[in-house]
Amino acid sequence: MTTTPTQPTAPTPTPRAPQPLPAEENAPINYLNETRGIWSWMTTLDHKRIGVMYLVGVIVSFFLGGVMAILLRTELFSAGPGVAKLIGDALGHDKWQDTYNQMFTLHGALMVFLFIIPGIPAAFGNFVLPIMLGAKDVAFPRLNLFSFYLWCGGAVFFIAAIALGGLDTGWTFYTPYSTDPASSTFGGVIPAVFGAFLLGFSSILTGVNFIASIHMLRPKVMGWFKMPLMLWALYSTAIIQILATPVLGITLLLLIAERAGDIGVFDPSKGGDPILYQHFFWFYSHPAVYIMILPAMGVVSEVISAMSRKHIFGYSFIAMSSLAIALLGFLVWGHHMFTSGQSDTLNAIFSFITFFIAVPSAIKVFNWLATMYKGAILLKSPMFYAMSFIWVFSIGGLTGLPLAAISTDIHLHDTYFVVAHFHYVMVGGTVFAFLAALHYWWPKMFGKHYDEKPSLVAWFFIFMGFNVTFFVQFIMGAHGMPRRYADWSVEAWKASQIGKGLDTSFIESKVQLFEVCHKISTIGSYGMLIGFLILSYVLVRSLMAGKPASRNPWGANTLEWHCSSPPPHENFATQPQPNDPYNYSGWTYEPTLEGYKACEPKEPEH
Amino acid sequence: MSQADADHQHHDEHVAHHFESAGQQVSSGKLGMWVFLATEILMFGGLFVLYAVYRHNNPETFEYGHLLLETKWGAINTLVLIASSFTMAWGVRTAQLNKRKATSVLLTLTLLGGLGFMCIKYIEYSGKFSHGTGPGKFFDVVAYEKYYNKHQADHAHDHDAKGEAHDEPAEPAPVLHGTTRAAAIAPAVNFHSDIADPAAGPAGLVKLDPPKPKGFHIPWVHDKPTPAQVVQSRNFVDIYFAMTGLHGIHVLVGMGLIGWILSRNMRGHFSSKNYMAVDLVGLYWHLVDLIWIFLFPLLYLIHT
Ligand code: HEM
Ligand SMILES: [Cu+2]
Repeated sequence: MTTTPTQPTAPTPTPRAPQPLPAEENAPINYLNETRGIWSWMTTLDHKRIGVMYLVGVIVSFFLGGVMAILLRTELFSAGPGVAKLIGDALGHDKWQDTYNQMFTLHGALMVFLFIIPGIPAAFGNFVLPIMLGAKDVAFPRLNLFSFYLWCGGAVFFIAAIALGGLDTGWTFYTPYSTDPASSTFGGVIPAVFGAFLLGFSSILTGVNFIASIHMLRPKVMGWFKMPLMLWALYSTAIIQILATPVLGITLLLLIAERAGDIGVFDPSKGGDPILYQHFFWFYSHPAVYIMILPAMGVVSEVISAMSRKHIFGYSFIAMSSLAIALLGFLVWGHHMFTSGQSDTLNAIFSFITFFIAVPSAIKVFNWLATMYKGAILLKSPMFYAMSFIWVFSIGGLTGLPLAAISTDIHLHDTYFVVAHFHYVMVGGTVFAFLAALHYWWPKMFGKHYDEKPSLVAWFFIFMGFNVTFFVQFIMGAHGMPRRYADWSVEAWKASQIGKGLDTSFIESKVQLFEVCHKISTIGSYGMLIGFLILSYVLVRSLMAGKPASRNPWGANTLEWHCSSPPPHENFATQPQPNDPYNYSGWTYEPTLEGYKACEPKEPEH
Repeated sequence: MSQADADHQHHDEHVAHHFESAGQQVSSGKLGMWVFLATEILMFGGLFVLYAVYRHNNPETFEYGHLLLETKWGAINTLVLIASSFTMAWGVRTAQLNKRKATSVLLTLTLLGGLGFMCIKYIEYSGKFSHGTGPGKFFDVVAYEKYYNKHQADHAHDHDAKGEAHDEPAEPAPVLHGTTRAAAIAPAVNFHSDIADPAAGPAGLVKLDPPKPKGFHIPWVHDKPTPAQVVQSRNFVDIYFAMTGLHGIHVLVGMGLIGWILSRNMRGHFSSKNYMAVDLVGLYWHLVDLIWIFLFPLLYLIHT
């Protein structure tokens, strides 16, 4: 493995597609500077600008969700009331535990609905999908802008929910708690649920747009199996978006109708069926975890191959496993309901199918590793994040298996073990891939380099901080620390339902363990915070004073690297000729460019 | 917007800048619409599942509840919507043939069909609200009982005037005391058979026998469920309003879209080369129609 991957240079660097400029130079007019003023952005139909607006939106949401996370961890650092009490007193809450419940609800809902679901597909997907197709835009640019405004509408409703008193239902909005104003008393439930409804439609419309774009705008020479894997991932994601999200939509409307209008659907005291709510919710939300992870896997496939300077291994396995995940993902929702009282037959069936869904994910992991094997790995920020993804996602996926087995899940359900599992897959998976994408496409999106060294320091803090924060949660979860508890003091345990009948020395021994784990976890989260602060500094500095980036700083061969950085309004001055997106022999390193320039490609060797 | 308009100038004015040809644009539009219709079906699918689960768990709720609906109105509305689907399809054809006037007439007829449908729904809904059988908060058995007794009395009077014999003398129903929501929701106490014992039944409320099979008799206007039956129909009423309400919203959206293409048609925006919008709105309208065709039998034509 070398860190300076200079390929043997072909003597005559002939650009393959006729370009009006030498292939190395960037066009002076690009999508960022062709028109100016906020209005030109707000009414833009350019997929790249819409992608950038999404990017800003999801990053702001991630920041707010992150503030909540840090507050939660700070509260849990020690037993008894802490920051939640300070905030609760300021807001005039009766109980500080209510404040804690509000904080984790907001944390979860912001992160899931506003950040992680639109994160990769709407921000990066919008930016790269048409370019990877060699197209000028997505199929329906107006619809694209409209779905961005729906996203904004959803965000406004979330803000309204906070202003109207917040909510404490958890991101899952379980009924009957959420539909009974007498138990969940805060005023933010209806606006937040309606916000989630709007965000759902934003996601559906993005999915419609992507499916139509991939079917209709794909150039004739680019067959299905010549598409970059990112497009397979976005396509599979779009299938889930359009088929699962509408069910969430109707469920949320019924929830609002029950809470506001006393309609009897989910609340047993109104004749409703609360288990049905869980079925509806997870019928969406399990597939939704694949809305979060599939695009992430697409990013990782691109980054791993490009940064290993090696053709992706097992292209069609990776492509087909995306589809397999999308389809199997619809058949396993009941694994969230093993303890809900659903029938044993259902439990057994759902458990059985759940084991299968780990297979396509594992296929991808093996293919990425095989791609890296004997590659000339370019150890730069995107690659660090992509490799972190593999490590962390594997832990997350493997810990899904004890949760999928009914007998162990009865023990682990609703403990920190589940919290650790889904943070490993969602933060470790999706967020690391999001950061990989951010660093990988940054020079393309903004035409600037960032400083590699501080960026690696940021990576180190985020990766280490992440593992420190969440690994201990597996341990304390397996020892019985329940999730969503504001307090873990001995007194709280004794007073609680679970604590009844346990002897004091047993509780004390557990609490000692929890204390160590919670403290470590909180310290880890501060480490992550430091990492994110450095990362923001690096990227902001790059925007202000970064060195201009050339067309292809990584020597990758998907079509977005064939146009200038940043791309012009309609992406390509002349129609590009797509070829094998994973054959890197057509690019050679050119130190003056800090990037690659086109040369005569060699035929792939296989 | 201005940016896109400027782009239009380089080629065929109907083809947006990022499409190569009109054909590609039309296929994209159609594909997009079909995919969107799939999401609509799944959205209603949630409600159909809800319906199936409740009907399976509480069949009597549906058997009594559907007596509240008047098959007459439902049937008329079904015909109205089918007719409007027909005029819509015809309108797409005339647009394709460049017959602008005919298209305008047919789209207007379709719009009137939608309007007629909504008027009838308004009649039905307002009746439900005023008789105490509205959804959720508007469910009030005491109000229904008043209405029921009056109805029975009027009806008995009708029959007497015509000198007809009637088999069941219309007695005023016994006054239900304490028919609050607590009583109204009682049947669902056995919502989840693992948790509550269905055989025990809710305390204080005797389960009624389901109505006797009546052969092919379809209740038109005169059969009304008794107040005791209505107490048990609350969830049916809620589901009826949820399903027809969501459908009604779709009809309104469809009418808006038809109005929009109608006005564009009158301004001469469409031709045999460019009628995609008419086509797509047509698809949407047919879906709205199709959903009603499922709703009508499921809600109005329940039989034991
Ligand atoms: C690799 C295969 C996976 C398996 C076998 C699996 C299995 C499970 C199971 C059985 C549960 C329920 C645990 C319980 O509540 O007792 C669960 C929870 C969860 N999983 Fe996974 N999972 C997998 C991958 C993923 C991925 C890729 C994501 C997201 C990107 C994810 C996100 C979640 C979330 C968010 C929850 C908790 C939801 C909640 O209760 O709030 N999982 N997983
Ligand atoms: Cu799941």
